Parts: sequence; C-alpha cells; structure tokens
Amino acid sequence: MTSVPMIRQTAGLGAARAAARRRGVHGGMDRRPGWVTYLLLTVVVLASFYPIYYAFLLASSDAPTIAQNPVPSLVPGPHLFDNLGRVISSDIRFWESVLNSLIVAVLTSVSVVFFSTLAGFSFAKLRFRGRRKLLVFIIATMAVPSQLGVVPLFIVMRELGWTGKLVAVIVPAMVTAFGVFWMTQYLDAALPFELIEAARVDGCSMIRTFWNVAMPAARPAAAMLALFTFVASWTNFFWPFIVLGSGNPTLPVALQLLQASYFKDYSLIMAGVVIATLPLVLLFVVAGRQLVSGIMQGAVKG
Amino acid sequence: MATVTPPRQGTPAADGPRTPAPPRTQPSRLRTTLGRLDVRLSPYLYIAPFFVVFALVGLFPLVYTAFVSMHDWHLLGGQGEFVGLDNYVDVIQQPTFLVALRNTFSIFLLSSVPQVLAAIVVAAVLDANLRAKTFWRMGVLLPYVVMPVAAALIFSRLFADGAGMINTLLGGIGIEPIRWHADTLASHVAIATMVNFRWTGYNTLIFLAAMQAVPRDLYEAAVIDGANRFRQFFSVTVPMLRPTIIFVVITSTIGGLQIFDEPRMYDQYGRGGADKQWMTITLFLYDLGWGPQKSFGRAAAVAWILFLIIVLIGLVNFAITRRIASAGDIARTKKTGGVR
Repeated sequence: MTSVPMIRQTAGLGAARAAARRRGVHGGMDRRPGWVTYLLLTVVVLASFYPIYYAFLLASSDAPTIAQNPVPSLVPGPHLFDNLGRVISSDIRFWESVLNSLIVAVLTSVSVVFFSTLAGFSFAKLRFRGRRKLLVFIIATMAVPSQLGVVPLFIVMRELGWTGKLVAVIVPAMVTAFGVFWMTQYLDAALPFELIEAARVDGCSMIRTFWNVAMPAARPAAAMLALFTFVASWTNFFWPFIVLGSGNPTLPVALQLLQASYFKDYSLIMAGVVIATLPLVLLFVVAGRQLVSGIMQGAVKG
Repeated sequence: MATVTPPRQGTPAADGPRTPAPPRTQPSRLRTTLGRLDVRLSPYLYIAPFFVVFALVGLFPLVYTAFVSMHDWHLLGGQGEFVGLDNYVDVIQQPTFLVALRNTFSIFLLSSVPQVLAAIVVAAVLDANLRAKTFWRMGVLLPYVVMPVAAALIFSRLFADGAGMINTLLGGIGIEPIRWHADTLASHVAIATMVNFRWTGYNTLIFLAAMQAVPRDLYEAAVIDGANRFRQFFSVTVPMLRPTIIFVVITSTIGGLQIFDEPRMYDQYGRGGADKQWMTITLFLYDLGWGPQKSFGRAAAVAWILFLIIVLIGLVNFAITRRIASAGDIARTKKTGGVR
C-alpha cells in the first residue's frame, strides 16, 4: 500500500489529493459515513427527545384521554393552557418558585464565575508560595461527596437562621472547585504574561489588572462556566428540598409538592414538568452549542 | 506593546522587576509598601473565597458529621448525650440499611455499566465525518438540561405498573406486564433508566472528545496492518480511552452512590416504596434525619458509612482499572511481539 505522502512526492500534489479522496486521508476516518450511522444516531436522538415530548403530550391532554391511551397520540391535545393555568393556580406557590429558581441560578452563576475567575487568575498567572499544592488540593476536593455533609450543614444553617431562606442555597454554591480548575486552565493558556506586565507597568494594582485584563480575556470560558452553573443550579433538588422545604420552594421542590398533592392528575403534573423544563430547553436551543464544546473541552459533572 | 523581553515564568510583578523600569518619578515610600503588599497578598486573597466556602460546606460538615454521629441528636431537640458508636451499631442493625445498601449498588451498577458502554458506542458513531455534526451532538446532549426531578416524574409514568406506556409496548410484542414499581429489580431498572437518560449523552461527548484526541496515525498504522473498523475500535480506540474511562467511572461512582432525586420522586410518598424496594442510602439518610425518627445522630452515622464506602469503592475502582490497564499493556506487547 502506497501512502498518500509518498504519492505526493512521486506523482505530485494533484495525484496525492486524488488518492486522498479515494482512500480517505486517515485510514478512512474522514470519509462521509453511510446511512446506517445516521439511522443509529436518529434512534439515539429520538430516545433523548421522546421523554420530553411525552411530558408535553400528557400536559396537553386530559385525564380521560390519558387513561384511555397509555401510548399517547403523537399529536398534542388541546388542553395545554388549561393545565398550565391549573399549575399556576395550584397551591404550590408557583410564581414564587420560578422567581426563587431564577434568583438562585443567576446569583450562583455570577458568583461562581467571579470567584472562579479570580482564583483562576491567581493560580494561572501569579506567583506565590504553595501555589501548586493548593491547586492540587482544590482539584482533590472535587472527589469529596458533598451531599453527605447535609446534617451538619443543616445544623449550621439553622444556627444562622437561614433555613427556609434562599441564602442557604446560594452561599454553599458560591464558588466551586470545578470552576476554579476550569478558569485556571483557561487563563493559563489564553492570557499572555505580556498583557499583565503591560498593565502593571502602567501602574494598575493587582485587582485592576484582574478586572481590566484577566476578566475580558476570560470571557469565553466564563460564559461556559456560567451556563453549566446555571443548569446545575436550576436542576438541583436535594439541598433546596432539605433546607428550603415547602415554605419557600425552588422549582424542583415545587414539582415535588405538585406530585405529593396531585399524584393522580398526570396532565397537571406533566404541565408542571413542562414549565420547569421549558426554560432550560430554550436556553439549550440558544446555547447548546456552547454546552457541547464546553463538555468536549474537558468539563466534568458539576 | 513593544516589549522584546522573552516571557518569564512568573509575572515580573511577583519577582519584583529585575530590570529597572524606564526612568519615571520616584514613587513614594508608602506607595511602594502598599504595592509590595498588594503583590504579596493578592494571590492568597483571590483564592481565599474557595477555601472559605469549602471549609463551610465541605471540610467542616465532614468532620462535624463524625461528631454528630456519636451523639444522641434530635432534629428539633439538638445535641443530646455522647453515645459513642451506638448510632452506627443501631443503623447497621436496621434491616433497612442493608436493603438500602443493596438497592444503591444495584441501581448504581444498572446505571453506570450500560451507560459507559452506550456512551462509548455512541461516541464511536459520532466520531465520523458527519453532516450536521453540531445537530447530532446537541441532540445527544438534550436530556442533560432536564432536571432529575422532572425526568423521574416522566419515567415513573412511562414505567407505570398497570397500563403504562412501556408495559403496553411490551404487551404488543407479547411480554407480560412488568411490575415496574412493585418488583425490586424492575424498579431499579426504571430508576437506572432515568439516570442513563440524563447522563449518557453527557458522557458520550466526553468520550467523543477523547476519541478525537487519539492521534490519527495510529489508525493509519492499524489500517496498514489490515485492521478493520471493529478491530481498530477495540485495539486502538478503547485502549487510548482508558484515562477517560477511569475518569468517567470515578465521577459516576461518586454521583451514583449518592443517588437521591430519582428514587425520591419515583412515587408520591418518597420513602423508597412499600417494601423499601428502591430505598437508597441517601434516601435512608434523609428518612432518618427528617422522617419520623428525626435522628440527626443516626443520619450522620449513615453519612459517614456512605462516605467510607465511596472512598473504598474509589480505591477499588482505581486498583481494578489500573490492573486492567497494565494487563492490556502486557497483552498488547505480547501480541505485537508475536506478530514480529
């Protein structure tokens, strides 16, 4: 078998290109795949899409129809807005929970991005004693199963008088090991020392250097980090469920209340599911591309 | 910027400017001191928030959990007397504990093993010169934005015991209805399905990224050696993915053994089923602390036991994957040696 580079040398560039086209440059890896591949992928994508659509179908249906058709018709029914209205007027503090979820998700995202970038700037670009060890320590804390600290955390929150308040959910999530690690890696590669040097020579203090030089340079990674934090916060259930309870719920907690009080009413529950899921699905349509590349650049489970 | 000096390792600020800056007005003494303090302290100040938060929500709770677990401690009554290891003994002797342990492992295995396998396969399918690449990748990732609580509500309906959709479809091909809630193993499969639904796509993308980092000349070499697509997959792709597999397995272990949302929402009572068929450890922990018993002491004991289990599994995981890894290395060197 003659290799493509060899053809290029012996028979010229055009022949090499032709050979590459015929063979696929890298052992067939760059050839367009056949229909089997697309079929497989279609099945996978349908499997990830259908359960969401199923919730939507039930949410647009009513109790008798659901009881009659275990496999719902693929055409949505006419009752979506009735059911959404019933969720809103049910006694789960619906609007409050949406607002709470939004407040928590926005504040944690902003806070995680700010503090992680700050720490990342320090780890990637500043020199100080113990830098390496501290960074390794932070990475190691990612392996600490944090859910297991709920009992004392709850005790602490009660001492502080924070149970039932959003601050109890926000403060523990203000900065994450993953965020620090992520921003350190990014700034290490993306922020040239010369820029910092220039800012320092111009008389910037450290914090000004951070704000005027590091922050702008960190923007792409910061946006991804914000997205991941937002999703993690929006979907978080365990801790808000424990510390907020039914008095001041976030959306997932409200969904749990909905299930507890109306468990036979599937169209109502699924309407709740649709409302809770829709914002992130819309976000996904807009920013899913960033999530994909974020994960592929080495994001890990939050 | 017309700096010609080559970039140095640290910032010049941290080392102190070695070459004197271009002549300018002499800064005041106070400013110099402040500037030096700024340089010295800022790095620590900037990383401090993490350590404060970690101390509050990571380290302190872990240590304090041990303290609480050795006391009688009521949710409302607070700290009682020191009881040593009584809470641990008490918890371990409860039949529910062993059931919860079994369920947790069963659900964990049913979710992690098929999930990793499926993710690798889907990643291999995605690792081609596809049209509309981004579309497929996004399609696979979509379930990631569905909150576990919502996924649990959807799937508990799909897996309804009577005339649920899954049972109806199974009936269509002549399979008796499965009691997805009443039967232990069936309920584990249903709960594992929710986890797999949400995370398979995510892990697929991690594997895909790893696959794309495999040097293409390895495949070229394999092709020259006459390896077909399957042989390439098993002899080149999978071995090169090893670090990623270890990473995914470890993260899913940490997450999987703490599973709470899905079993909590699998029925409206949230107590792991009538016969505790899908009671998991974290659910048990919650039930001890915030359920009828309201015993923080016992809940804390469960937390520590689970922590030790996770650490242990982590070590075992690590040892196994390393052994597999080195065994793979030996097998491969032997094989290539044989060919030559």
